[in-house]
Amino acid sequence: MMKGALGRFFLKRLALSLLTLWLLSVVVFFGCQVLPGDPARAILGPLADPRAVAALNQKLGADRPPVEIYLSWVGGLLSGDMGQSYAYRSPVAPFIGSALVNSLKLAAMVFAIVVPIGIGAGVLAALRAGRPLDRVISVAGLSLTVIPEFVSSIALILVFAVILRWLPLSASWPPGSGPLVQIQHLILPALPLVIVLFGYIARMTRAGMVEALAADYTRTAVLKGLPWRTVLSRHVLRNALLPTITVIAAQMGYALGGLVVVESLFRYQGIGSLVLGAARAKDFAMLQAGILTVGAFFIVTTLAADLLTTLLDPRLRTGGRR
Amino acid sequence: MTDVTVSPPVLELRDVSVCYRIRGRAVPVLSRVSLSLGKGEVYGLVGESGSGKSTVALAVQRVLPSNGYVSGGQALVNGRDVATLDRAALRQMRARDVAMVFQDPGRALNPSLTIGRQLAEVFEILGSAGGEALRRAEAMLERVRISAPARVMERYPHQLSGGMQQRVVIAMALAKDPSLLILDEPTTGLDATIEAEILDLVDTLRREFGASILFISHNLGAIAGLCDRVGVLYAGRLVEEGPVRPLFRAPRHPYTVGLLRCLPRPGLRKSLAPLDTIPGFPPAPGSITAGCVFAPRCGLADETCRTVDPPQVELGEGRVSRCHHHDRIGSLPHEVVRPLPTAPQPAEHAAGTPVLELASLSKTYGAAPYAVHALRDVSLRLMPGQTLGLVGESGSGKSTLAHALLGLIAPDAGGRMALDGATLAPEVRRRSPEQIKTLQIVFQNPDSALNRSHTVRRLIGRAVTRLGGLAGALREAQVTRLLEAVRLTARQLAARPRQLSGGMKQRVAVARAFAGNPRLVVCDEPTSALDVSVQAAILNLLADLQAERQVAYLLISHDLGVVRYLSDAIAVLYLGRLLEVGPAANVLDGPHHPYTEALLSAAPSVTGERSGRIRLTGAIPSGINPPSGCLFHTRCPRRFGPICETEEPPFVADAAGHAIRCHLPREKLGRSMAAMPA
Amino acid sequence: MTDTVPLAEPSLPVVPAPARAEGRGRGIVGVLLRSPGFLVGALILLFWTTCALFAPSFVPYDPYADDLLNTLVPPSVEHWFGTDQLGRDVFSRVLVGARDILTIAPLATIVGTVAGTAIGLITGYFGGWVDAVIGRLLEVMLSLPLIIVALLVLVALGPSTPTVVVVVGLVFAPLVARTVRAAVLTERHLDYVAAAAVRGEGAFYIMVAEILPNILPPIIVEATVRLGYAIFTIASLSFLGFGVQPPSPDWGLSIAENYGVLVGGYWWTVVFDTIATASLIVGVNLVAESLQRALAE
Repeated sequence: MMKGALGRFFLKRLALSLLTLWLLSVVVFFGCQVLPGDPARAILGPLADPRAVAALNQKLGADRPPVEIYLSWVGGLLSGDMGQSYAYRSPVAPFIGSALVNSLKLAAMVFAIVVPIGIGAGVLAALRAGRPLDRVISVAGLSLTVIPEFVSSIALILVFAVILRWLPLSASWPPGSGPLVQIQHLILPALPLVIVLFGYIARMTRAGMVEALAADYTRTAVLKGLPWRTVLSRHVLRNALLPTITVIAAQMGYALGGLVVVESLFRYQGIGSLVLGAARAKDFAMLQAGILTVGAFFIVTTLAADLLTTLLDPRLRTGGRR
Repeated sequence: MTDVTVSPPVLELRDVSVCYRIRGRAVPVLSRVSLSLGKGEVYGLVGESGSGKSTVALAVQRVLPSNGYVSGGQALVNGRDVATLDRAALRQMRARDVAMVFQDPGRALNPSLTIGRQLAEVFEILGSAGGEALRRAEAMLERVRISAPARVMERYPHQLSGGMQQRVVIAMALAKDPSLLILDEPTTGLDATIEAEILDLVDTLRREFGASILFISHNLGAIAGLCDRVGVLYAGRLVEEGPVRPLFRAPRHPYTVGLLRCLPRPGLRKSLAPLDTIPGFPPAPGSITAGCVFAPRCGLADETCRTVDPPQVELGEGRVSRCHHHDRIGSLPHEVVRPLPTAPQPAEHAAGTPVLELASLSKTYGAAPYAVHALRDVSLRLMPGQTLGLVGESGSGKSTLAHALLGLIAPDAGGRMALDGATLAPEVRRRSPEQIKTLQIVFQNPDSALNRSHTVRRLIGRAVTRLGGLAGALREAQVTRLLEAVRLTARQLAARPRQLSGGMKQRVAVARAFAGNPRLVVCDEPTSALDVSVQAAILNLLADLQAERQVAYLLISHDLGVVRYLSDAIAVLYLGRLLEVGPAANVLDGPHHPYTEALLSAAPSVTGERSGRIRLTGAIPSGINPPSGCLFHTRCPRRFGPICETEEPPFVADAAGHAIRCHLPREKLGRSMAAMPA
Repeated sequence: MTDTVPLAEPSLPVVPAPARAEGRGRGIVGVLLRSPGFLVGALILLFWTTCALFAPSFVPYDPYADDLLNTLVPPSVEHWFGTDQLGRDVFSRVLVGARDILTIAPLATIVGTVAGTAIGLITGYFGGWVDAVIGRLLEVMLSLPLIIVALLVLVALGPSTPTVVVVVGLVFAPLVARTVRAAVLTERHLDYVAAAAVRGEGAFYIMVAEILPNILPPIIVEATVRLGYAIFTIASLSFLGFGVQPPSPDWGLSIAENYGVLVGGYWWTVVFDTIATASLIVGVNLVAESLQRALAE
């Protein structure tokens, strides 16, 4: 019965995610097709010849009723067809694919750096709560979190690429580079995002730790006469870090938002710069597909985090009494 | 510890003082507390909230919160000063000598480890290897009378009931066979029947294990039943100490006297006499610097008391009192004096329209396979000016009944609620203004029931506007009248709840409920969040208001003392089902339903006679999967045959309207042995 | 009969209520004034607000005036922060550049806080299907990074100051709503809400007069935190070309315009704008953090 309840929970959660995904497609469609009113007019500008506008609308398929456009778009998506890019005059899907891979590499780099540092700093701050080290970590985390990526990027570029010349300025590596060179190129673009995420993760970790350290069960463990290290590893960390998983997953989605700025700054061919380019070119098919991809990615990560938390937390796993 | 000649006390406090640093100021919470615990002795430490009793426990184990520190004196465990222990020695002490059980076992257990894992840990510290530790853990669970220990080992804390969790915590504490066991309010928050079980368990285990026990509680009855000696803590001072029976029989400190007089004991009824109270409030920590801490509230206090700190006076037979006037305690005036009412209260109101009538009221939560029957076919009536006491354990449906009545939840279709004969709609907004003002409520916890951002003027004033339909000067006048009725003054009008004491807050809540001259007030555990001395004053207030205004009460309480004091009729609920209903005296004296009998014998009394005739075992069944036949048969000590498991007993009333739902004939049902003492 | 029952409590000195009430108010201000973080943050905010209001009247140069003979001049006595690619005085532009962001960001914060509070109150109080439906829509909004949602709408509608205010405000509303809803859910289970319902109060009264006053502290904190993120988001949008439009001396915009020459070593064209942006956001955040601490005490 326990297994059944868990399975039901998973199915329910999955169904909710699919519902969110569907709503997302409606919202994105609304934003890209309905809100502009007249896509061709938006593309060609207010001075264009009405006949050219009408012709372009017909070519884009925008003269049909919105519901019909939506259905054909969703139908295409389900069969792997994301539509035709107006700017590139070619199918959208291949662009999205390669951009997503690039962005995931950058995101992986970001998280490989920030997760250990953020959690480590949060744990350390909680263990020294109220002392100078805690203050330093908290204030630094707090200040760094709110620095926009383009601001920190400029400082980093100035220091590491212009003055010290330690790291390559461009995020794009020469074709055929090995993983090491790729990593070298990714460090600089990753850092601004690391800076933004560090404070967030550190703060959530610290909060979870402080709560677990003050919990009655921790006192119980101490009063059992357990060595402090065992108390920490077996009783405190386990309960403190669970909520952090969800936080990290949520941040993953936001990191993709930051990618828009960072990728354009470092001229990196990822999903962010693709979306930005499409937005600038008013390439609605591309924009639509790009945004949907970002949203879908976020939905998948939150789903994964939810399931992971459920699996790790016995209270959720075994379905508590209420 | 292994001293050949004389073994030192297991625990000795010598003039221990503890301060908390709050906003840069040192606030004393314990001042010069001395006590000692011999081997195998059970010492009860009693005090109201804020008396510093839990601080004692934390100081002994050196786990004071980070802003707390021992500012003087010594705490010795087995003759060794706790303060001088280094880290390893301290860990040794915690691992072997001292064990502790706190209130709220649900939070004392790690939510993400199995019971087996957490319990085995204790043995691992003591040097057992994995499998051996698990085996010993299982054996330990058996010793705290947990049936099916192997299954419990696999469970996580949240899968166990509160009583079961506390057994596990006790097992964890006793696993190391400690020389000192500290129990800090171990049964607070548990149902009375479960509390009785846990106290019995502790009583049995103390003999089996031979540990000395420091038992900290606000519950005088629990202390009386379990302890050898008792210390009374007031405002961080030990004001009286001595063997438990003589101390409770003839206390020698005015505070102890006051506490005992406050209790709604058997034999006291609203119609006979008001309860005594202790005037005033406990002082804020550190606010009294000269004289006796109790002097501002003491009826015997004179100039000496206000200037000279009383010494500890040895009274012989191990009794100590910290009072200048310990020899004339008998002359302590009663705080509340009221002549007995000339005429007996009109109990025979049987004719006329009941103010409240419930017929076949049911409430089901959820759908078919997981449906919980919170109320099953409950029919009750309440006459004007009377009190109906509603008792039962948690999950019995008491609160569901109150909420349905108030229109906060809709009962199942088919039942009927009527107020003064008129049908009561299930939702508040479909009720007439007249019905809304007729039916009001006093909640359990005034901190929750009063909006903390509103002033007293607004809290009561809004109710006067809504329920009394008054505005302007009339409204102000009515607010003032209500304040006077609940013994508050205009000085409190501008205060917000957090500036008032617990008792004052509850008075504001009472005033609000009476804003529209209600005819029926639901009192949902009106005193269980309050200290005993405050409880007495609120009970007096409720009794007075009822006598003045002929208001009827539906009194929900788990405290039989409270129910006994205020009720004219009593209804007993179990898993949403009425098991017994009748005039208060008949229900209390018997014959009563085995469940009522168990509830009555679970209530500890200060005389220390823990009747112990009938005890319930086993957890309260879940409402999702209720027992067949008689709902109570799984825990019933008087179950006599298969009929109990297959057939629901009929609900039969006698001539006095006393109905019992049991297959046993009345003459075989239990009765109260105690007659009504004066 | 009542007169013959002298109950004790009122006859004793009551805790002096008003004094304590003031004490708490003074307490929060006192805690804030003693917090170095708050003081630094407030000073920074005060400085930039002054600049936003009065800088045009005291800066040495017209921030919009090109001087094509003096482009990319390094910092000097005449031009403290140098000049940009069009020869405009960077010092004057940085000071005046506070104006747009300090207009748009607070307005967007107000829009977001008000809308979010309303949504949070309604979803938290009513629960059930209202909460389920609105909650799902909010989750969709939150499944997209803020920047991208803003980008989408701004592309569709075209960037203009009112659009930016509304878009950023609406993008923040779900976040505020989430905080408010959580606070309402805690309050909703308290008995004073039940007491009001038993009194026959309507839903609107209960939400606004009973619940709202108790959840103001988290709303205030959330609003200050949102202000920081509003500046963050609007600066980023301006940098991407979808926020404040040229020829404004707005910081994000200036950085976007001059970023290209950074590699050429003309660091002064962007560095002062980045410092300005960072200092403003850090200032807001220091205030938010101190406020949060003070209210938590």
